[in-house]
Amino acid sequence: MRAEAKLGLALLLTPLLLWLSLLIIIPHINMLFIALRERVAVATYETSPANFLTFFREPLYMWTFVRTALMSVMATVITLVIAFPVSYYIAKIAKGRRKSGLFLLCLVPFWVSELVRTFGWMILLRETGVVSNVLQYLGLVQGPVEMLYNDAAIMVGLVYTSMLFMVVPLVTTMESLDDAVIEAGYDLGGSGPSILREIIIPHATPGIVSGSIVVFMLSLGNYLTPTMLGGKESLWFTELIYSQFIVRFNWELGAAFGFMLLILSSVIVWGMLRLTGQTLEKTMG
Amino acid sequence: MVDQKNLKIAATAVAFSVAALAQTASADTLRLLTWGGYAPADVVELFEKEFDHTVKVTKSNNEEMVAKLRATGGGGFDLAQPSQDRIAGPQAEFGIYKPMDLSKIDGGQFITSMLEATKANTTVDGDIYGVPHVWGTSGLVVDTAKAPSVQDYTDLCSDAVAGKVSYRLKRPTLIGFAFSMGLDPFAAYGDEAAYADIMGQVEAKLIDCKANVKTYWGGGDELMGLVRSGEVVASMAWDTGGWKLNADNADITFVAPAAGALGWIDTFVLPAKGKADDAAYDWINFVMQPEIAAMITAAAGNFTASQGADAFASDELKARYQASFSPAAVDNIKWYPPVPAGLETIEGGVLDRVKAAK
Repeated sequence: MRAEAKLGLALLLTPLLLWLSLLIIIPHINMLFIALRERVAVATYETSPANFLTFFREPLYMWTFVRTALMSVMATVITLVIAFPVSYYIAKIAKGRRKSGLFLLCLVPFWVSELVRTFGWMILLRETGVVSNVLQYLGLVQGPVEMLYNDAAIMVGLVYTSMLFMVVPLVTTMESLDDAVIEAGYDLGGSGPSILREIIIPHATPGIVSGSIVVFMLSLGNYLTPTMLGGKESLWFTELIYSQFIVRFNWELGAAFGFMLLILSSVIVWGMLRLTGQTLEKTMG
Repeated sequence: MVDQKNLKIAATAVAFSVAALAQTASADTLRLLTWGGYAPADVVELFEKEFDHTVKVTKSNNEEMVAKLRATGGGGFDLAQPSQDRIAGPQAEFGIYKPMDLSKIDGGQFITSMLEATKANTTVDGDIYGVPHVWGTSGLVVDTAKAPSVQDYTDLCSDAVAGKVSYRLKRPTLIGFAFSMGLDPFAAYGDEAAYADIMGQVEAKLIDCKANVKTYWGGGDELMGLVRSGEVVASMAWDTGGWKLNADNADITFVAPAAGALGWIDTFVLPAKGKADDAAYDWINFVMQPEIAAMITAAAGNFTASQGADAFASDELKARYQASFSPAAVDNIKWYPPVPAGLETIEGGVLDRVKAAK
């Protein structure tokens, strides 16, 4: 009997273990070996930490990472601020078909690929684009305005891309909040802001934390949006990795960058959790 | 009973279709790794009709071709078309190509000077790895009505066109600017220190010039959009891009820069683990016929190394070519020599710093 249970467990775990080991662990071990190689001459390599040292010695790479991380944090905060009232409305105020209709509206943009969505933003924001033309037509501006190719455009693109990943966890956690609790809050003399602070936000915290982690990681690892909407100075860390691998044939440095991204982003998420007094267990629980 | 019979039929059908699939796979499939326009559908159709091969085309660019072949150790494709300067270096570094058997290629179909130059540039340890196919140049695309002053790469930094220029942050820009500044990067290819010094000067110039740039373009379509909409009046680009735009707007055309257009030749090479070499040789000999080469010129917009194909090229394209290139400008074309392994790292650092600079 026990042997059977063990076999059952093993069989159930097999797909997960295969997935983890074949697609995540083994490639990462291979990448670590590549990252620890240094090219000393044509087709000759030596084991050394030179690539990781390059990351720390060249201020440009560090700076690019810090910039990418800060912008991702900002995108996460903006997404949260926009998504919170939207989710509250969907979860608590809207009812029936209206509720599912609104939820569907959040989903619709994800039926087209990210590339097409980004192109859409380019058509809207460019100098000869829709927004610029409308503003000129209304007489609000003289001459065309360029809204593309800057950090604000990247931010718009990132927030738009990640909105759904914030709305879904927020709606799920808020739906589990009993309306009676909110009513009780009012009965006991609470005002709108105090109920938000004392009841709704504490209850929605797991949703806020998991949504923020997903949005932060997605923004940090995004390649398409920053490269297409960004301007002359907007270097994104994933862009550096891509160019090391594909353009410069420098897999060694690219792999080292990839590892630094993995380590540093994990550290940032861990630090944020500590800072806000949250733990992963609480979020998942 | 009935179910079993149906099952049998289904099983037989599956078996047959698997067998059929296996057969098409054993007849030669040519997996071609090439550029957009180099294997137009009509040429592929003619080839498949004449030979018993099927052609599978994958479109790519120089860097991706090398990266793809490196990832598989030279497998996954039977014929690739990187530029001639990207053969010797990657071959020495990664061993991703195999030598050409020139006896299987009809050398008489090639323009002799181009064939010899490519052979010399793609020789590693006495073996020849490439033969030429399509050639062209990169230089400037200029709206001659709005930016008549732009005649050279460094003119992109002049105040007259501030905020209305674009270029790629890739190695052709570094090379073009170096020539325009009176330096000779090709002469310094063999000397890493001298090359780093030249690149340092170019870096300073490009950072200085950054305020002039609207955006750095990434793909051909992006550039077309920028120039067509008038948002950009002068840019570094390929000759075909300028000629395509010229067809829509007569003011815009390709200008061979005073410092010299940069000449490239895309080649045929055999990946190290290619499985259909005979089909690859058939394809090379087939597309180098003058009539077929002219069809590729019509699709790609660039001329080929095929002897006598010019006679079949359209008059419009020839007129545009002659308007952009005086005989002196043709003599002034700077042909890319093979890139020694390792220079990409120097250039990479420069490009990253330029991109990050304020």
